Amino acid sequence: MTAASLPPPPAILIANDLLDGDVVFRKSDGWTRDPRAAFIAYTSDETQALALVAREAEARREVVEASIVDVDIRDGAPAPRHFRERFKTLGPSVRPDLGKQAQFPDYARAAGA
Amino acid sequence: MKLLDRNGLKADVYRRMSEGQFDGPGIVSLAELADGAQPAAGKLGLAIENTANVRDVERHFDSVTLIVIHFPSFGDGRGFTLARRLRRAGFGGTLRASGPLIPDQFAFALACGFDEVELPEGQIERQPVEQWRGALTAFSAPYQQGYRRPRTILEERRRNAPEAAR
Amino acid sequence: MYRYDEFDERFVRERVAQFRDQVQRRIDGALTEEEFRPLRLQNGLYLQLHAYMLRIAVPYGVLSSRQLRALATIADRYDRGYGHFTTRQNLQFNWPKLRDAPDILELLADVQMHTIQTSGNCIRNTTADQFAGVAADEIEDPRPVAELIRQWSSLHPEFAFLPRKFKIAVNGATEDRAVLKAHDVAVRIIRHAETGETGYQILAGGGLGRTPMIGKIVVDFAPKGHLLSHLEAVMRVYNAQGRRDNKYKARIKILVHEIGLPEFKARIAAELEAEGPSFRQEEVDELARIATFFARKEYETLAPHSRPYERARAANRDFAQWADTALFAHKADGYAIVTVSLKPIGGPPGDMTSDQMRAFADLADRYSLGELRVSHAQNLVLPHVKKDDLFALWRALGEHGLSTANVGLITDIIACPGLDYCALATARSIPIAQAIAQRFADPARQHDIGPLNIKISGCINACGHHHVGHIGILGLEKSGRESYQITLGGDASWNAAIGELLGPGLTADETPAAIERLVDFYLAHRLSGETFIETVKRLGAGAFKGAFAGVSRHEAA
Repeated sequence: MTAASLPPPPAILIANDLLDGDVVFRKSDGWTRDPRAAFIAYTSDETQALALVAREAEARREVVEASIVDVDIRDGAPAPRHFRERFKTLGPSVRPDLGKQAQFPDYARAAGA
Repeated sequence: MKLLDRNGLKADVYRRMSEGQFDGPGIVSLAELADGAQPAAGKLGLAIENTANVRDVERHFDSVTLIVIHFPSFGDGRGFTLARRLRRAGFGGTLRASGPLIPDQFAFALACGFDEVELPEGQIERQPVEQWRGALTAFSAPYQQGYRRPRTILEERRRNAPEAAR
Repeated sequence: MYRYDEFDERFVRERVAQFRDQVQRRIDGALTEEEFRPLRLQNGLYLQLHAYMLRIAVPYGVLSSRQLRALATIADRYDRGYGHFTTRQNLQFNWPKLRDAPDILELLADVQMHTIQTSGNCIRNTTADQFAGVAADEIEDPRPVAELIRQWSSLHPEFAFLPRKFKIAVNGATEDRAVLKAHDVAVRIIRHAETGETGYQILAGGGLGRTPMIGKIVVDFAPKGHLLSHLEAVMRVYNAQGRRDNKYKARIKILVHEIGLPEFKARIAAELEAEGPSFRQEEVDELARIATFFARKEYETLAPHSRPYERARAANRDFAQWADTALFAHKADGYAIVTVSLKPIGGPPGDMTSDQMRAFADLADRYSLGELRVSHAQNLVLPHVKKDDLFALWRALGEHGLSTANVGLITDIIACPGLDYCALATARSIPIAQAIAQRFADPARQHDIGPLNIKISGCINACGHHHVGHIGILGLEKSGRESYQITLGGDASWNAAIGELLGPGLTADETPAAIERLVDFYLAHRLSGETFIETVKRLGAGAFKGAFAGVSRHEAA
């Protein structure tokens, strides 16, 4: 991901855990399954730092499909601005009993479409 | 560059002629061959792209002892078909795949007619020889016939079938 | 059905061990993600939005009750208690973990199943008529040929890294139930016009996706024993000359289109000539061996008509309505082929819970000689049901939510998983299918509308076959929102046709109303006995544009 292709802040780093496939979020140190705990980059310097973290974590084989995603902050929780990534942070819309929306209902209420 | 065949790593006696003067056998391109490149020590290698036309290559079968097919990436499978066609056209010399193939393709390469694989710098360090050798014994028998391939499953079945069913 | 011998068994076990080792090498770092991706894809393992997804091959759509129970076990132990049947007769699990995948493959191998080549740029799972071996209109059972192709294509050394995916379908009946013309290659078992001998007609160059094309006949008649040499010739021409510079132009359909049919046929002929004699005795022998597994079942001698069935029909309108959609003529007197809808109104098309799988397996044992089929329309089939048993079967299916009377009707919608699961999708598919089904939920209205295929894809890759739907719906992204394009007049039968785009994209909310307008237009203009697609073909898709445009203006306002 080149600096030019990075989305504007605020942004978060989303990936899938290599071994589990689960959607994970970068927190200030390490990864979390909880979208509310995601580190939010508020400046482009911070976004670029996240991009570096993404490359390194992929190289260390922690995660795959790491990407920087621009978000709105809703009730303090990061909600991806694009619907694709919003589904990725929530789970299948046709199965509300599965995915993050079931695991983190508070987040789903705040960030849901 | 590291060279390996079914027995493991091997020394490469050939050098690319484009890399400068060399006493041993050289590897040339089709264009260099057309310009009159001569074999040294009775051996000459020919390097071709995976898009080469069999007709353009087969006229040199008698004068080359090695053909090197370039694999631009491991996902580009054209080299497998080209190898198969060169063997079908009667090439009996050494056939080499050159490029970033992975161990899991080694058995495919040999079945299509390759004898050896030439890997880019650094790859054998990541994927040691044991992985390449291991890949050759992953399957006891394939369904398809191949170049110098051991018995296929279909042949094993015929062998196992009662006499009346043959 | 086919049973592995010791060699098939060993092969599949070795494949599991190989994948276990590949996963370990990925974890160790010997394989990069770029190197590992095609290896996991060739074992059916994708990375989707929320998790990995494992696609399990159901070769030519044939399953045993034992296999279905094993799938239920996997669903419970390694997934979230359900699976999804696809348009290529595969089954997908949406939540497996990479670390568990080798163990899942081991469980599959225990019941003679695998995930080999259900994805990747290789020859995919061979599909076939879901009524193979039992349909009354069959020339020859296509399953032996499909099994032969399964074996021949499994880890074919030359064709594991093709320019793009490669899908083969086989059909042996007069009616095409396998969407032959939408496949890269299709094999049609036919009788030679003069000699009456059975052999193979080969089509190539079909495919949906970004540039939909209808397959063309490239070999008029290949006699028995000549099939694999012909297929290899086609594959070799494609592997060498198919485009690799652009993913969207890499399918064989583009090669056939760009060089033209005569040139493509000439290249196949040249390839066959270079290869030498195309007859292979081992093909004939192997086909004969495989065919013994598909020998005609031991059916009871029954009268063609069943009194209990006729009585139940007369007494129970719901049963009669179900039977009208679910049954197809069987070869054997007194038997019926039963299609079981996996399209309950408001449910995700093709989904089945583990409980339903176990219940269905029991019903297959009790009523269908332990065998079932998966159709490309994402439904299941019980192929050997006595007509005398139909009423009891219907009642039992109903207890498990499996007696929806809509096979072939407007709510029997094909839909890919779309953006609810798929990383490639540009929009959701399932909610559109659900909303349309709910709008047309009334059974009487569905039956009045009659046969109508709606097919929905959540992206241009067209897994939902939208191009060949009588009504096709394609979900795209437009200005940061989901948008749905409607096509009309597609046809998945032997008269295959690509649907015509009706106008600009609609929102998800507008789409069901637009479909309703099209249906109302049909109802207002159909001639007596005319089906939806017949009316579309008679009037032309253009005639429907007025109704369609009306709705988009009206609804958008």
